[in-house]
Amino acid sequence: MNFTVMNFARQSWVLLTNRYLRQLYRQPAVIGITLTQPVIWLLLFGALFRNVAEIPGFGGGNYITYLTPGVVIMTALFSASWTGMSYIEDMNSGVMDRFLTAPIPRSVLISATLAYQAVTTVVQSAIIIAIGWGTGATFPGGAGGIAALIGVSVLLALAMAGLSNGLALLSRQRETLIAASTTLVMPLTFLSGAFLSLRLVPGWIAATARYNPVNWAASAGREAIGAHPPWGTVGAYAGFLAVALLVTAAISTRAFRVAQR
Amino acid sequence: MSEVAMTGAAVTGTATAELAAPGTVPGAAVAAEGLRKVYQGRRGGAGKAGGLGKAGEVRALDGLSFSVGAGTVFALLGPNGAGKTTTVRILTTLTRPDAGRATVAGIDVLRQPGRVRSVIGAVGQRSGAVSDLTGYENLVLQGKINRMRGKDLRRRVDELLEQFGLTEAARRQVRTYSGGMRRRLDVATALVHSPAVLFLDEPTTGLDPEGRSELWAVLTGLAADAGTTILVTTHYLEEADQFAARIAIVDRGRIVAQGTSDQLKAELQGDSVLLELGDAGQVLQADAALARVAQVRHVTANGAVLRARVADGPRALPAVLAGLEAAGVPVLSVTVARPSLDDVYLHYAGRSFRQAEGITVS
Repeated sequence: MNFTVMNFARQSWVLLTNRYLRQLYRQPAVIGITLTQPVIWLLLFGALFRNVAEIPGFGGGNYITYLTPGVVIMTALFSASWTGMSYIEDMNSGVMDRFLTAPIPRSVLISATLAYQAVTTVVQSAIIIAIGWGTGATFPGGAGGIAALIGVSVLLALAMAGLSNGLALLSRQRETLIAASTTLVMPLTFLSGAFLSLRLVPGWIAATARYNPVNWAASAGREAIGAHPPWGTVGAYAGFLAVALLVTAAISTRAFRVAQR
Repeated sequence: MSEVAMTGAAVTGTATAELAAPGTVPGAAVAAEGLRKVYQGRRGGAGKAGGLGKAGEVRALDGLSFSVGAGTVFALLGPNGAGKTTTVRILTTLTRPDAGRATVAGIDVLRQPGRVRSVIGAVGQRSGAVSDLTGYENLVLQGKINRMRGKDLRRRVDELLEQFGLTEAARRQVRTYSGGMRRRLDVATALVHSPAVLFLDEPTTGLDPEGRSELWAVLTGLAADAGTTILVTTHYLEEADQFAARIAIVDRGRIVAQGTSDQLKAELQGDSVLLELGDAGQVLQADAALARVAQVRHVTANGAVLRARVADGPRALPAVLAGLEAAGVPVLSVTVARPSLDDVYLHYAGRSFRQAEGITVS
């Protein structure tokens, strides 16, 4: 197989630009939802939890500043959990077979959807950050911190997207993917410090959160936008997320073979 | 199998030259040998049921073998569930057989699926077009996947749009296309990179008669002009009869007969002479008279119409008519009928085509 990194990148780019981004551009409703959803989360949670910052032990400060990275991470996770839907549609139409009989490696079919997810996550995260800033969040860490926050949100999104793709390929059913996503995404979000400081939650939740990729991303993002980011910690979390991403991408590539019995 | 192996060697060095003139490659463009496939439990993908075992096993292919000469149109003919789709899915690298081997353009499908994918075009039963994209964009996407770029790609895309009558609709999203337009786009898409072998799984299903004959005209033209090898599955007897150079009859996961339409019919060794009598009351008399004619093998009656099976219809006719006249049985009309492919199917599969279709539907 004359399969090089260049080819891999080029083929992924072709699928991303000539298919996914064009498709997105043709679906204004999807663009609308993609852009407004994070706004709703931020405003809703901002109002709901406004007084949380005053609870003793939270550490005081501005709750919007605390919340913004949480919503960035949660939105990345939620949208990524639906990535597999496009595979299911492709399998139900003949589109998947068309690509599987074309000279593209399976890994490119995965990487193109991941690239697409990365693009939407960057846009969504940037919007949330902008609105957070507009509603009073502060980013003492500056541009570097913000870039790091977006970076970890993308890593988490891609890890989730790989899992979603794998579930889609194995189950082949919308219903299964929806059930699996909703069952997974909510607990992952609330078993993390995305909305509440882990100092305020029951011990078992705090303990569980230590192994939760959503918490890795939320903690790394929140540390990164702070005044003096502990880059070592942020880097370690990002590393864990990268490992999670590689694992789920490998699972979904493997799932292609199982799906193709 | 040495012939196929040689083809493989020839193709290895000159993949591009081979694309330009696949007709010059000696030996089989597609060869399948002893393909077996059993689906366990839940059936995956578009694989079809050949026979459903009690344990939920579906034996889709049961030792299926055939070969296709380069630059010809070859039809796999059989009822739904015979194993046609599974065969195409194996040859187009979408699934793997449990046993057996296959080559496409001399390349081993199981060992080098990646290389097979760059020399084939595949049109599945369901449309592979991305419906949010325009026809033009779908073709360009397929070209880029096949590493075509720039001016060459644009020229090829325009050429295909023209050839398939899609130039007008090229800038419209595929979701607005009719069924026939979609099907044409599917075939055009599969041809962007000028594949040596084109696979089509039931391409005419759902098309109106006009759309069908248009599509067949394109396919036969491709084989004749570009030397493209075309393997098409169909459950329309008439289509296979009319358009395919060679036909393989598939039943319950096996090839039960293959050859040209004429060969298959000739192997039945017999035509029918249809005799319409003036008086239905003379049927028994006529039957007795025909029994005395040497060439007649078998007679069946339906009202006033007698069907006499003979080895060679036109040659037997004078003797048949003379025999009836001697017995004093007047004949209103005579027709000599060559065996139909339905007769062929009945002969080889042991059941009529329509019967076989009915069985799998129920």
